[in-house]
Amino acid sequence: MKVLDRRKMLLVNGALLALLLLSVIASAIFGPVRLDLAEALRSPFSADPNAEIFFRARLPRVLLGAAIGGGMAVCGVVLQALLGNPLACPQMLGVSGGASLGGILGLIFFPHWLLPVAGGLLGEISWTPLAAFLGALISMMLVYRFSLFHGRLHPYHLLLSGVIFNSFIAALIMFLNSIVDFYQAQGLLFWLMGSLSTRAYLTVAFIWAYIVCGFLWLWAKGVSLNLITMGEEAALQLGVETGALQRQVFVASSLMIGAMVSVSGMIGFIGLMIPHVMRLIVGSDHRLLLPASFLAGGIFLCWADTLARVVLAPAELPVGIITAFFGGPFFLYLLYREGRRKPAL
Amino acid sequence: MNPAIEVSELSFSYGRRAVLDRVSFAVERGAMLGILGPNGSGKTTLLKILSGVLRPAGGVNLAGKKIASYGRRELSRLCAVVQQEPQIHFPYTAAEIVLMGRASHHGALALEGRKDLEVARASMALTDSLAFADRYLHELSGGEKQRVLIARALAQEPQILLLDEPSAFLDLKHQLQVFELLRRLNRERGLTIVAALHDLNLAAFFFPRLVLLREGTIYRDGAPIQVLTEQTIEEVYGIRVRVDLTPANREAQLSIRFLP
Repeated sequence: MKVLDRRKMLLVNGALLALLLLSVIASAIFGPVRLDLAEALRSPFSADPNAEIFFRARLPRVLLGAAIGGGMAVCGVVLQALLGNPLACPQMLGVSGGASLGGILGLIFFPHWLLPVAGGLLGEISWTPLAAFLGALISMMLVYRFSLFHGRLHPYHLLLSGVIFNSFIAALIMFLNSIVDFYQAQGLLFWLMGSLSTRAYLTVAFIWAYIVCGFLWLWAKGVSLNLITMGEEAALQLGVETGALQRQVFVASSLMIGAMVSVSGMIGFIGLMIPHVMRLIVGSDHRLLLPASFLAGGIFLCWADTLARVVLAPAELPVGIITAFFGGPFFLYLLYREGRRKPAL
Repeated sequence: MNPAIEVSELSFSYGRRAVLDRVSFAVERGAMLGILGPNGSGKTTLLKILSGVLRPAGGVNLAGKKIASYGRRELSRLCAVVQQEPQIHFPYTAAEIVLMGRASHHGALALEGRKDLEVARASMALTDSLAFADRYLHELSGGEKQRVLIARALAQEPQILLLDEPSAFLDLKHQLQVFELLRRLNRERGLTIVAALHDLNLAAFFFPRLVLLREGTIYRDGAPIQVLTEQTIEEVYGIRVRVDLTPANREAQLSIRFLP
């Protein structure tokens, strides 16, 4: 009888963590401009071009990618469990649409506003992510309200209201996109496609802390998440207060998705693809699946972003194109496989 | 000692549609009760109430305490359920499924300890499902799946086992195996068993006491010979049958033949 034990947990997560660290360093080395890592490490704070590129241009971006990739994968895992649907993904929640709309309104109405952090000592951040996060919060509350069914959060209603909310928002975004001028429209489109470009370690540190907190909180629900995939009735009978769990998981993942979309736009398909791949490799037990997906999501987005930076160098592709390019066919493959499976499932 | 299950004047409705109407009965500890009745007579609703999934205002005591006074985890250690045809969309192995029965015994964060593994293995051995412990649930046949789900319920180490039509989707041989297992668990471990049943012959053969429901009320409650008569079956199910009593092995048995 094979069961999840401490050894397997350590082995899998340790290996993935090592791979993530390697990926972060390696993808900060790769880029249109070649750099000498030894040279960069010798004097990290100097004006040496190697150090400048490695530490200031690439590393924050790669680190941001690792966090966003991990966060998206974790949200994908828990939403699939919550909605009882293996094809659920973070975009379905409506929160991503709300964040996109908020961000776009920010870009249109106050594109040049900057918010000084700690009186300017820690630099300035753009208003756009804040506007996006506000949009995420508002849409979270709306979707939550519309998903209540006899006073309880109902997975099926959640799925429906999320999807419908998102397509409504998409129409609004299209509308805004068609009334702004050409250059602005270009900017909006680029923002929507998702980008990890950042030079601010402050943003990176904040997002890492935020996502790690969300992840740990969800990880602590691992056993209950296992049980809820047995169906709501079975979960109740096995000892889970399902109503509370559904509310908590919805709010936690919405807050995570809102923040991630605010910082980097909607980078799709990670939240769908990584959970599936990891289920094939490590199994469906959320106690292992969650950390493994977190690390694997980070690894995947590191490399997807590296590709986005180098394929058209010196120009850059939005990383959303890369993830969709791999993710789209993968999604179709899943559907195809689902169709050929024994109907007993 | 308090009875395992005590139902008194229990009524329940979904919205305006009444499903159970002033149902009363008690099940002693270590007893075995079969619930019969046509579709829509309230069997499944009754089981859902006994397992705490549906929560009516009152009327149900488990082991002497009001069911509403139990927390979910506590309730899941007292009372386990084998559901009818569960929908599981994620690939879990049989062993993983059975270990889920231990969730209310170990901590929310923890991995299963040695005791959990022992109980799970013993439950699988009892239901003859150890052989496919490492196979995925969706690869198993209906009978194998059913045994895994019974093992999961046993892994909860409950005092009360509820089953919703445990023999649906099984062929005759597996039906008999499941019922023999239930009888063994009842006799050897003193497990209190309540099962909603469809097959009248099997119910009469394996269950010493039957409750016959009709439109949400108890129509008959007693030994098979009293409950399943030609007259009651015709009145509740609307079919004509012939009931033969065959006193074999001193135990009175009955067999029901359907008439054209």
